[in-house]
Amino acid sequence: MKHRYLPMTAQDEKEMLDVIGIQSIDELFADIPEKVRFKGEYKIKAAKSESSLTKELAQLAAKNADTNRYASFLGAGVYDHYKPIIVDHVISRSEFYTAYTPYQPEISQGELQAIFEFQTMISELTGMDLANSSMYDGGTALAEAGMLAAGHTRRKKILVSRAVHPETRDVVRTYALGQSIAVEEIPLKDGHTDLEALKEMIDGDTAAVMVQYPNFFGQVEDLKALEPIIHEAGALFAVSANPLALGALTPPGKLGADITVGDAQPFGISEAFGGPHCGYFAVTKQLMRKVPGRLVGETVDEDGRRGFVLTLQAREQHIRRDKATSNICSNQALNALAASVAMTALGKAGAREIAVQNITKTHYMKQQLKGAGFDVIFDGAHFNELTVKTKTPSKKLNARLLEKGMIGGYDLGRSYPELEGHTLIAVTEQRTKEEIDAFVQELAAAVQEMGATHA
Amino acid sequence: MHKDNQPLIFEMTKEGRVGYSLPELDVPEIDLNDILPAGLIREEAADLPEVSELDIMRHYTALSKRNHGVDSGFYPLGSCTMKYNPKINESVARYPGFANIHPLQDESTVQGAMELMFDLQEHLKEITGMDEVTLQPAAGAHGEWTGLMMIRAYHESRGDMNRTKVIVPDSAHGTNPASATVAGFETVTVKSNEHGLVDLDDLKRVVGDDTAALMLTNPNTLGLFEEQILEMAAIIHEVGGKLYYDGANLNAVMSKARPGDMGFDVVHLNLHKTFTGPHGGGGPGSGPVGVHKDLIPYLPSPVLVKTDDAYTFDYNRPETIGRVKPFYGNFGINVRAYTYIRSMGPDGLKAVTEYAVLNANYMMRKLQPFFDLPYDRHCKHEFVLSGRRQKKLGVRTLDMAKRLLDFGYHPPTIYFPLNVEEGMMIEPTETESKETLDAFIDAMIQIAKEVEDNPEIVQNAPHTTVIKRLDETQAARKPVLRYTKTE
Repeated sequence: MKHRYLPMTAQDEKEMLDVIGIQSIDELFADIPEKVRFKGEYKIKAAKSESSLTKELAQLAAKNADTNRYASFLGAGVYDHYKPIIVDHVISRSEFYTAYTPYQPEISQGELQAIFEFQTMISELTGMDLANSSMYDGGTALAEAGMLAAGHTRRKKILVSRAVHPETRDVVRTYALGQSIAVEEIPLKDGHTDLEALKEMIDGDTAAVMVQYPNFFGQVEDLKALEPIIHEAGALFAVSANPLALGALTPPGKLGADITVGDAQPFGISEAFGGPHCGYFAVTKQLMRKVPGRLVGETVDEDGRRGFVLTLQAREQHIRRDKATSNICSNQALNALAASVAMTALGKAGAREIAVQNITKTHYMKQQLKGAGFDVIFDGAHFNELTVKTKTPSKKLNARLLEKGMIGGYDLGRSYPELEGHTLIAVTEQRTKEEIDAFVQELAAAVQEMGATHA
Repeated sequence: MHKDNQPLIFEMTKEGRVGYSLPELDVPEIDLNDILPAGLIREEAADLPEVSELDIMRHYTALSKRNHGVDSGFYPLGSCTMKYNPKINESVARYPGFANIHPLQDESTVQGAMELMFDLQEHLKEITGMDEVTLQPAAGAHGEWTGLMMIRAYHESRGDMNRTKVIVPDSAHGTNPASATVAGFETVTVKSNEHGLVDLDDLKRVVGDDTAALMLTNPNTLGLFEEQILEMAAIIHEVGGKLYYDGANLNAVMSKARPGDMGFDVVHLNLHKTFTGPHGGGGPGSGPVGVHKDLIPYLPSPVLVKTDDAYTFDYNRPETIGRVKPFYGNFGINVRAYTYIRSMGPDGLKAVTEYAVLNANYMMRKLQPFFDLPYDRHCKHEFVLSGRRQKKLGVRTLDMAKRLLDFGYHPPTIYFPLNVEEGMMIEPTETESKETLDAFIDAMIQIAKEVEDNPEIVQNAPHTTVIKRLDETQAARKPVLRYTKTE
């Protein structure tokens, strides 16, 4: 058959068959037992030409409400941030995206150096000694932190704050199940991890305590107050941190975290319906040899010139097999590159400025909501997220907001029964004053309208 | 490639330069001290680079020139299926309606994305012969662990609590035993026989009522089809175990044999391999899992379903293993894979497998006179040569791999599978032309001759790359994992 990806010609085929000494390609499949041989062709859609396929798929894409057309006030772990245009130009260079894992360092120095730089930037932001080359996402990274802690401390219990993203907590539980590790949830107090409850729950069998910084409600957890409670019990302190927030917040590494993980999606990575994003994994030097996944290290070549290689591979599955620190193989290298470009573009000044802008605009939204009579609960410092009492199901409010060109917030009743009738609203530096004002106005109008019919 | 070392981006920094353009701050400024608790305001800025936009583009362009991808040249890295990555995939994945949508938007606003996911699942069901598919796992190893967790849940749901062992062949990918461990199982190895296939007698010896599953790659990592697959399935099923298919090598059997028809209960696919992901320098991938109907209740939650008038995520899954990933998987990679499948169609996918296998057999026969071929029979999409003949002359497979770099090729996978001495695993894929294969064959033959006539040139290779062989021992003994400014 003729296809633009398949260069085989009839003449090629004949010459190859002659070399092999067979008459037809079918003979190469004669070792497949007759009973299991698939006959005919798959019952799937027929091939489409480039033009007609792009047309069809563009129409399919157009059915979705995207942030090019709508102002988004939805966050809950995935954010619409400034994405420097150069990010896409860099990751579109096919020397990067058509390569595989840099197992041959002599022809992979570009990738290796880019990852080494990524590791450095994540270390800088988190204040940790070192970071790996990436994980699937922030959720699985926190789950792997739990596995590391259980292995390191030889303890069998993890305490995870209820202020950690609900889907991340779900993933932690699934991983823990495999390792027969118990997971207990630390209750909330005013939208923060309840320190008193933690003191009651933590004991000599606790491997790790996990919190999110800022947490799911956008509240800034007091890591300083958490640290002594955790370390006195001999547990590891695992923090899931939004790296963009760390431009303005004291990094977990300076506040006693043993493991800091998270997702670099806020740095130049598309929301893409939830993936692929880019988990990161950073630790203290003490835990270096327990880290999951790939690490790039600096070394020299035979002439003494600086170069980079994958290193400490004795931790990994392709060497250690069933004794590896994790089963991870493929990671999110290309998205780590995207995040590196965004972090580089923002740089020393921009990383702080963007974080401050997010705090400032979230604060502005809070003032406007309060001014319009809304009850914004959890009164700590807010980063990106605000918990607003609407009494009305978010789904209905969001349908109305959509008509006005806006994507509304996250229905907290979905994962916190006690927060039924509350919506989690996100503001990033991308939202203008005009959009925020319009949102508050429309939300008020919608609540009033629905309230009238639901009273 | 450029010979000069490229400085680290941190070494190009000059205080005061910026590379960003943030939105104007159009709301009143605030004092962070009024809002944040003392001690939580960052005092020392993260030491990120200070460079201009052109500096950044030049830096990454320079790095890209020091990297070899499929678009740079032939990349016969066995087991990784380094085929052409179609550009249409990249365009489609960047459509705003796919790239710029939020996973928690109301379902009514993302029906197009859900339709694509559902249709991809339907296509993968037909391709694998399985009853249901989840797109949630992020990569192959993640899919392996997901599948094993489902198998565990299946056994436990039947009160069968003593199935603690997962059997893997000695030729298996390292992820198989590692995934088994993460899922809480103990790994048992089954030997290969003199034909490079699973030794059935050894399999019978290691199975028992403690067997949870057998993980198998078919064709296996030697590129050989496990002809006795039905017998193996019967052995495993008779003792109550499940059969797991590692889909890393699916490119070898599309339209020829489906895992579901071979008796497999769980299948994972690597969409970044067979379905043109791309590989991205190591990721992101996507590792959907297909299951036999017995295992449907245990699929990760939520499950995408189609109702009369809409697509919806079903969270009401009482027996689910839970979530394996936030949201719904690596959607952006799934869009690319879907675009690829729709570009190929049924006849296209069949041709993919046929040409991939023809290319591999052609190369194998052309190279056979010059290297040892441990298993002399038709291969599938890849084959494994042994460098033991060359080793006797003092040249190792590693040396020959490095010598290939001088010819502009990415070397094959080396020293894998573990049951071949000095192994070289070569996978050409179907997207390479005969001219490319012939040129590579010539290079391999030349290297084989150099080993006899002038071994030093091979032992000291590479000669033309930007950097010579690197000291990996030093990297591991004195790990330097980040840049530190020297004052």
